[in-house]
Amino acid sequence: MDLATLIPVLESTIRLSTPLLLACLAGLFSERAGIFDIGLEGKMLIAAFFSAAVAYSSGNVWIGLLAGIAASLTLSAIHGLASITFRGNQLISGVALNFLASGLTVLISQNWFRQGGKTPTLTDGARLSEWHLPFADSLRDVPVLGPIYSDLLSGHAPLVYLAFALVPATWWVLFRTRFGLRLRAVGEAPEAVDTAGVSVVGLRFAAVAICGILCGIAGAYMATGLQPFFGKEMTAGRGYIALAALIFSKWRPWYALGACLLFGFLQAVALRFQNIDLGAFTVPVQVMDALPYILTVVILAGFVGKAIPPRAGGEPYVKER
Amino acid sequence: MTDTPAIELKGISKSFGPVQANKDISIRVMPGTIHGIIGENGAGKSTLMSILYGFYKADSGEIFINGRQTQIPDSQAAIAAGIGMVFQHFKLVQNFTVLENVILGAEDGGLLKPSLAKARGVLQHLAQEYELNVDPDAMIEDLSVGHQQRVEILKALYREAEILILDEPTGVLTPAEADHLFRILEGLKREGKTIILITHKLREIMEITDTVSVMRRGEMTATVKTAETSPEELAELMVGRKVLLRVDKTPAKPGKSVLEVENLRHTDSAGVERLKGISLKVQAGEILGIAGVSGNGQSELLQVLGGMKTATGTVRVNGEEIDLTGRYSDGQSRRARGISHVPEDRQHEGLIMPYTAWENVAFGYHHDPKYQKNAILMDNAAIKRDAEGKIERFDVRPPNANLAARNFSGGNQQKIVLAREIERNPDILLVGQPTRGVDIGAIEFIHQQIVALRDQGKAILLVSVELDEILSLSDRVAVMFDGQIMGERLPSETNQTELGLLMAGVTQMPDKDKPLIHVVDEQLDAQKEREAKRHGHS
Repeated sequence: MDLATLIPVLESTIRLSTPLLLACLAGLFSERAGIFDIGLEGKMLIAAFFSAAVAYSSGNVWIGLLAGIAASLTLSAIHGLASITFRGNQLISGVALNFLASGLTVLISQNWFRQGGKTPTLTDGARLSEWHLPFADSLRDVPVLGPIYSDLLSGHAPLVYLAFALVPATWWVLFRTRFGLRLRAVGEAPEAVDTAGVSVVGLRFAAVAICGILCGIAGAYMATGLQPFFGKEMTAGRGYIALAALIFSKWRPWYALGACLLFGFLQAVALRFQNIDLGAFTVPVQVMDALPYILTVVILAGFVGKAIPPRAGGEPYVKER
Repeated sequence: MTDTPAIELKGISKSFGPVQANKDISIRVMPGTIHGIIGENGAGKSTLMSILYGFYKADSGEIFINGRQTQIPDSQAAIAAGIGMVFQHFKLVQNFTVLENVILGAEDGGLLKPSLAKARGVLQHLAQEYELNVDPDAMIEDLSVGHQQRVEILKALYREAEILILDEPTGVLTPAEADHLFRILEGLKREGKTIILITHKLREIMEITDTVSVMRRGEMTATVKTAETSPEELAELMVGRKVLLRVDKTPAKPGKSVLEVENLRHTDSAGVERLKGISLKVQAGEILGIAGVSGNGQSELLQVLGGMKTATGTVRVNGEEIDLTGRYSDGQSRRARGISHVPEDRQHEGLIMPYTAWENVAFGYHHDPKYQKNAILMDNAAIKRDAEGKIERFDVRPPNANLAARNFSGGNQQKIVLAREIERNPDILLVGQPTRGVDIGAIEFIHQQIVALRDQGKAILLVSVELDEILSLSDRVAVMFDGQIMGERLPSETNQTELGLLMAGVTQMPDKDKPLIHVVDEQLDAQKEREAKRHGHS
């Protein structure tokens, strides 16, 4: 495979990894604080719809982005209320929110736009424009590095760069700041945080809110950047793949980047090489489409090794006597 | 010393639903003293201290710190008032370093670096001043329990606590570690700190406190100067009647060997070898006590012998080998062989808490023909009659067979289990932590029952983390450490120090001039290191 075929695949790897990475970091914040969130999918979906719908109506993609974040935060608030305040089961709350998002988006979309659950295609200022890095055009002709810089790294939506910048930022927040120390502590031993005089509930809500914002950005990117419209169930299980990447990465930001790039690459390969002709028989497109999902299962089953989740994950905090 | 108490509580009351945990409690703790609070389980000691630390809000009453009335609505307020607490179950983040645990909640700013650097300096200083040595960069999970406790104390001191509350601090320590803890507390006292020590161990109260308050059923029954009281008087104040602190027993008359264990090995589901070739023998008419700090394989030994876990090796009962892995390795088969088991964890392994006392009396023996009405139905009336007899003979209170197991106190729950197992007339009684969470009054009764069974010529294997209990009940003592038996001693020919060293894996008496705690520390650190290697980290 030469550079000319490789670069488009890698370029779409970056684009496809972006929503995964944002959702994965969202889950990382939430789960590091001890709140399991299976509802990443639902939050992305509802954010995708509201960002596309509002961007279309207002003609401004940034207002759309804010609407998407607000929608995702609303679901986060419900999840927080159910699992932190009322100490409900976090998995059930997450699953319920996924169903809610799946139904609500299609219902409102159909009522609003009457296009079978789709939003109209976004144009101009209603969709994310691409950022061109400085000197992208003039450097294009430099051998090897030129195309890598100009075609691979340049020309993505701003949210793509944001997602990748969030990796070191997340690491820094988690491991270098007071907030990060407390956040990790509350996911491991909430009783230690409580007896140290810090609010367990406050920290967990903060984590869930960060999760909501990041999922909102992920969803908005899908419906205004990756695609210029919202389509029914358009997240297509990406929230779950992000969860898989989170486990694969053992809840660490840099590893999460690696895992999301890997899953993004698999999706890019499936998109690029639809029917693969092996001479004797042809690998059908359905197999290629299913490949990322199959490999997710294989990787999780076989290559994760011992992944130790945050010790207090999934458990509501109740003061002991 | 001033006349203003460091802590004064006036008329504290606290109810949980219908249960009144604290009734109109008043107490004065003078600064620069070690004040003991003693009482049985459920007497309300921990509730009172949780109120002082802001974990609970009192229904009524006032708190004065250094003479000033203070509201303590949460832990933050308690810390601000200079109160530090070392809980019985440590509140540490296992995969954080010592430093991170120390600064958690007491950071100086948004960034960690300056806080960590400051804490490192403070820790160094505290380590020198109070013999509180801990590696600041060690992960908590790699530290021995004694060191983890030091981290808890360091946490409180780092927050500049002037008043330190310790809740049952010696329960998990080897005797040498406990002695070292007491030295630390003495050092803190010399520096003018006020210490409240909650315990149920009379020996500790007598050894280290200046003043002692006794609690019984939510009330403060007395506050006395330790120098002017005696263990007997304190026990009487705790229970409300005279109790016998020593176990009355005649010398054992051991008969034939009933239980023989050879090279017993057990590996747990995580792949860690918990029993590393245990060999022991128990004769008819004797009590073999297994001493050791909890978590050194004693639980697994009982569970293997009781048919709850499989193992390799040989176990003979009355000369016949029993099945350790196959289909006859279950509890039912063990009971058929004359082995009765009073498990360590009575609430999970000994009883079904929501079930009634009479149902619990039948568990494990429900195939007994006398419990059957016909081929299909059980004779509940017969079981109930049987249970009522047992409840009466074992003095279970309240004597009501229809009450759910969870509604009995710890001591009475234990009596139900003992009644069920002892009245089956077993050849061998396996008994684990017979008096854990049991009140003094009931301890006396339970000890008498175990000795009475021995005097009937039964073989008894006793596992307990309470060294006093082991020494007073056993005819022979074996000490377990790290899945092995470190040695066997006669209670009359040994002492707490020697057993304490064996419990830390030290088999040779160390040099006179080397402090015991260093020997024990080294040994426990070495064990932790081996464990860490096995788990493949650090």
